[in-house]
Amino acid sequence: MTELTSLTLAEARDQLKSRAISSLEITRAHLAAMERAKALNAFVATTADKALAMAAASDARLAEGEGGPLEGLPIGVKDLYATEGVHTQACSHILEGFRPTYESTVTANLWRDGAVMLGKLNMDEFAMGSSNETSYYGPVASPWLPPNWSREQARAALIDGKRGLLSPGGSSGGSSAAVAARLCLAATASDTGGSIRQPAAFTGIVGIKPTYGRCSRWGMVAFASSLDQAGPLARTVRDAAIMLRSMAGPDPKDSTCSPDPVPDYETAVGRSVKGLTIGVPREYRLEGMNAEIEALWAEGTEWLREGGANVVEVSLPNTRHALPAYYIVAPAEASSNLARYDGVRYGLRQPGADIVELYEKTRASGFGAEVRRRLMIGTYVLSAGYYDAYYVRAQKIRTLIKRDFERVFADGVDAILTPATPSAAFGIGEKSSADPVEMYLNDVFTVTVNMAGLPGIVAPAGLSSEGLPLGLQLIGRPFDEETLFSLAEAIEQSAGRAKLPEAWW
Amino acid sequence: MSVDLAAVRRIAHLARIGVSEAETPHLQHEINAILKFVEALEAVDVEGVEPMTSVIPMRLPMRDDIVTDGGIVDKVLANAPLTEDGFFLVPKVIE
Repeated sequence: MTELTSLTLAEARDQLKSRAISSLEITRAHLAAMERAKALNAFVATTADKALAMAAASDARLAEGEGGPLEGLPIGVKDLYATEGVHTQACSHILEGFRPTYESTVTANLWRDGAVMLGKLNMDEFAMGSSNETSYYGPVASPWLPPNWSREQARAALIDGKRGLLSPGGSSGGSSAAVAARLCLAATASDTGGSIRQPAAFTGIVGIKPTYGRCSRWGMVAFASSLDQAGPLARTVRDAAIMLRSMAGPDPKDSTCSPDPVPDYETAVGRSVKGLTIGVPREYRLEGMNAEIEALWAEGTEWLREGGANVVEVSLPNTRHALPAYYIVAPAEASSNLARYDGVRYGLRQPGADIVELYEKTRASGFGAEVRRRLMIGTYVLSAGYYDAYYVRAQKIRTLIKRDFERVFADGVDAILTPATPSAAFGIGEKSSADPVEMYLNDVFTVTVNMAGLPGIVAPAGLSSEGLPLGLQLIGRPFDEETLFSLAEAIEQSAGRAKLPEAWW
Repeated sequence: MSVDLAAVRRIAHLARIGVSEAETPHLQHEINAILKFVEALEAVDVEGVEPMTSVIPMRLPMRDDIVTDGGIVDKVLANAPLTEDGFFLVPKVIE
């Protein structure tokens, strides 16, 4: 029999429904796997009692022939989602001890549909990072071994600062590592500039950032409100489709959340891609591009062509402005959103002689270096005299980026195929150089999607010559996640599902 | 554009983040690296382009102007570091 933790979400769902397995069994198997994998540092809080109680309740419902679409399925939750009475800190010191008195809409939707919560997952502090290294709780080790490393060498590094081990990407690095290491069947994640898709690519799993407004942002710790969007990480395209259907949906508590009903995304999985038109944007072919990534991209194009899709070259001329404009818009919105952490209403408080000193001391010790840096950039670009030159200009450029996509879609393109990342996963500590921009370049292929509010999915498409996973990204029309699921499954079928690493930890 | 040390101190104060004198040069270097990175945007022609205000075109929903929650003082204060008699406690603000 296959190990319970190796089942896909869909397989586990079907076996629970047929009563071949129980939720308590599969939940216990995952709690045990989490215990064995503690050193990876994927989870920052384990909710074993809650998980077992939820599993028992699921088993009771399943015994009655009842239960929701996710009944009894154990999943992980990124630390960015407010979970009532449970550790919620967006992996920041400034939210020390915070226990929300409410539940985020996305997680409430998951529990409504029967899912079981295993615990909270590590992430970059306030989702600001691309390697999970800015977390107050320390970096997460990817379950993928660095090229030519022995298991013993990796185990030694695991207990010694993790240096040299691979990053699972970020900001949703705990989510990607946990899903790839089979510590949960799937996980929630969030994406402001690539934080679902880059970790998916780095760990050989599937991640989708849906259209802006598809999932409610209520109860998600805010980073940049016009860019943030919830989405799942899972081991197959089908599993991601099942997760997103439950996470998404209208919410009167978020006025930017779409009132439209959520389709049954799973029915799009396996649908033929014949006759679809796929755009390949020439501006994504960067100078000095990694040859392996370029070859993978060409291969993905060929797979879709073999599936009956028409492939056309398209132009998105404002692509190169997306990343710099993002590094104005995102910090600006963050500086406004994170003004709420004042040491008065929740979280950390450092005493001060007056209120300003209290604020300054609390925020200096509560925020990590990357967050402080971004808040200062954001404050600067919004300050008197600079607002028009930076922020307003960046928002105008955003309009131009969105128009590029609208033009391509109006010309009959159904989806756009691009690489997911400029390279395979890098090592922990490898990019923490003096220049923060080096890390920012990781998001070069993903950030345009957030700037334009579009849906984007990443599916594993192959391995690098060093044996590390590489992903491809598909970008769709607003609210056309279904086409993305069909296309991503075609890639998944052609590439063959990634064989995830055996446990060495 | 780039920032000098005085500007770094001013930004830090606006952001209400305490910064020591020793940290200032390092921060200046990092901020200027990011400002240099976004410099290319100055050359983009944005004449007549409307700044984006809503990423997906949708009308903000309206609801009746009525009280929908409240009366949850305990919940509001549950995570506060210091409270007294149902209020947040802060250092004296007005002399």
